[in-house]
Amino acid sequence: MARAEPQEQENPSDDQEVMKGTSAVAKGVMAADPDVVSAYPITPQTGVVEKLSELVADGKLDSEFIKVDSEFNAASTCIGASAAGARAFSATSSQGLKLMSEPLFTAAGMRLPIVMAVANRSLSAPLSIWADHTDAFAERDGGMLQFHAEDVQEAIDHVLLSFRVAEQVNLPALSNFDGFILTHVQEPANIPSEEEVSEFLPPRDPEYTLDPSDPKTMGAYARPEHWTESRYEIQRAMMDAREVWADAVEEFNDVFGRDYTEYGGMLDTYYADDADHIIVAMGSIAGTIRNVVDAYREDGEKVGLVRPRVFRPFPAPELRDALAGAESVAVLTKEMSPGYESAFAGEIKGALYHAESQPPIKSYVLGMAGRDVKPEDIAEIVEDVKTASPEMGFKESESWPQLRPELLKGGDEQ
Amino acid sequence: MSSDLQDQDYTDELEHDEELWNPGHRACAGCGPALAMKYITEAAGENTIVSNATGCMEVVSTPYPESAWGTSYIHNIFENAASVAAGVEAAYKSFDRRDPDHLDVEDSDDLNIIAIGGDGATADIGFRALSGMMERGHDVLYVMYDNEAYMNTGVQRSSQTPFGASTTTSPAGEESIGNDTNKKDMISIAADHGIPYAATASISNPHDFKQKVEKALDIEGPKFLHVYAPCPVGWSFDSAQTIDLAEKAVKTGLFPVFEMEDGEVTSVNKIRDREPIEEWLEPQGRFKHLFKDDEDGEQAIQELQEWIDGRAEDLGLDA
Repeated sequence: MARAEPQEQENPSDDQEVMKGTSAVAKGVMAADPDVVSAYPITPQTGVVEKLSELVADGKLDSEFIKVDSEFNAASTCIGASAAGARAFSATSSQGLKLMSEPLFTAAGMRLPIVMAVANRSLSAPLSIWADHTDAFAERDGGMLQFHAEDVQEAIDHVLLSFRVAEQVNLPALSNFDGFILTHVQEPANIPSEEEVSEFLPPRDPEYTLDPSDPKTMGAYARPEHWTESRYEIQRAMMDAREVWADAVEEFNDVFGRDYTEYGGMLDTYYADDADHIIVAMGSIAGTIRNVVDAYREDGEKVGLVRPRVFRPFPAPELRDALAGAESVAVLTKEMSPGYESAFAGEIKGALYHAESQPPIKSYVLGMAGRDVKPEDIAEIVEDVKTASPEMGFKESESWPQLRPELLKGGDEQ
Repeated sequence: MSSDLQDQDYTDELEHDEELWNPGHRACAGCGPALAMKYITEAAGENTIVSNATGCMEVVSTPYPESAWGTSYIHNIFENAASVAAGVEAAYKSFDRRDPDHLDVEDSDDLNIIAIGGDGATADIGFRALSGMMERGHDVLYVMYDNEAYMNTGVQRSSQTPFGASTTTSPAGEESIGNDTNKKDMISIAADHGIPYAATASISNPHDFKQKVEKALDIEGPKFLHVYAPCPVGWSFDSAQTIDLAEKAVKTGLFPVFEMEDGEVTSVNKIRDREPIEEWLEPQGRFKHLFKDDEDGEQAIQELQEWIDGRAEDLGLDA
């Protein structure tokens, strides 16, 4: 079995700073110069709201900062601000995202491009403050754009890209980055200046606002004659967002010299082109997976990684392309839809429904609520997925490799 | 109806008329809250942004693609009208300071930002949003129109439903006298947030109500108005009696009209020869179980009267 060697730590270059992930994201937000920031503390996001408060207090960020009473009203005040024409930002995690869910769905329906950083964390119960993707997946069907970052640099850049795309297609955006693993890490990252960002991100120019000199009614209710079209327009905007995102990452590369243009910015791949066995995963776990891929490649084994950077709109055509020709696919996922299977795995399977090449797909539910995923865990998964066959049943297509049977009711007899 | 709507060209209908609360809305005959909307907009004028909670006044006024509103208007959800208004206010504060040339926004000096919600949207489900808006000091006028139950969903009990009222979730029955709590004191709660102005008004006195709207809008900071607005359907009375019942609520002391500034009661609309509460109860179907000449009914009326008397004494309501 392949053994991964730890990577050497890179020293920061001249244009990089080393700071905590939440501070770095907050500084990225500052460069986007929002008119209104409204956010509420919750672990592990709190650093973002603290840093933004500090930047406002020090006169470095000229935003109205609303010290709200709850995440529910963070989202609600952002809705009012965005409807008035403001660029509005919020940040949250987990239970906070749940509390925002009701107003966030309406932000999509009312086509308000609020951008939020989501420091991903599990949902209660049991209470846990640690990272997984249950919170983001629970908001899947709202009509919010969703991006998932692998490292701090990407978390910063995704916030800037989120503003650009959200404001072009008029949908809210959730810019996800893993709790603790990215929020509390100190990593070298380039913090773009406001001048650089203004080149990439023009001021928001909404078609409609609440300006009383041109009165409008926003948020009328729709009867059955009209509602469907409103929902269809969200779907159309999501589909448009694919191209808008592709253009945005191209221009981002021109301005900042960071290249996210692979697969139109939808997927990031690592040795996937000729891979026999492909791991699909989102977020920070990809860093560990890369090390395992390196080790396999050193041994001459064709293992690769496909990492969706965009979750909504879902990169189905790109996944069809990237997974074509693989002998097997392992979906590593930090969420699970009880009663069926990992929503992520289910969506990937759905994406391949029309594909000529349909490799067997096995999902691995792991890293839940911050349970550490080590290189050897991933190597074991690679060994396991090599045996996956197209004939495997539904039950065999899902694995919980880190499960501790001794903690289950009935204990080891499970 | 549906096929007509689908074929229609709506462009013209989306244009606003000159009125700020226009005829054609779907409110019932004798609707008290609809009058409140008329008075609020008349007093506030056109340089106004309204944030409305889900509820009767939202539903009757904005069935897409029509709108009764001549002011700028936003509805989001049931329990966040105060927060949406706070967000609008924050946006305008930012625009004022930053003067963005890409947005054609007016100077917000004379801008009125008004949040409107029914009693359920305000005193119950939207209480957190209201409290946060007032505590943070946003320059927003919040108007709670009180028709004493969740009327939009079919007359369910709220924290503003008076003692003894039969509603669909506090029905009178063998073991029930109807609603078993008194009205939550929203004015005191609002005033305790340290806001500069909180007042009650009744649609039976439009002059007083409109003056209070104007006065509130002239004050910087959060303001709270509690306006009494009977509902003929939910209370079960003849729709010609809306104003009479609003007035009787004042004259019996069930709904005292007064102002609080910086936490202190500064004016009370004194009542000479306060009428017994039966005068207000009897015309309403929701209280008919109290008039069956039985002991329970009499006792309930007495309890309600005692609650009213106690509040009247605290306020110095009697002339």
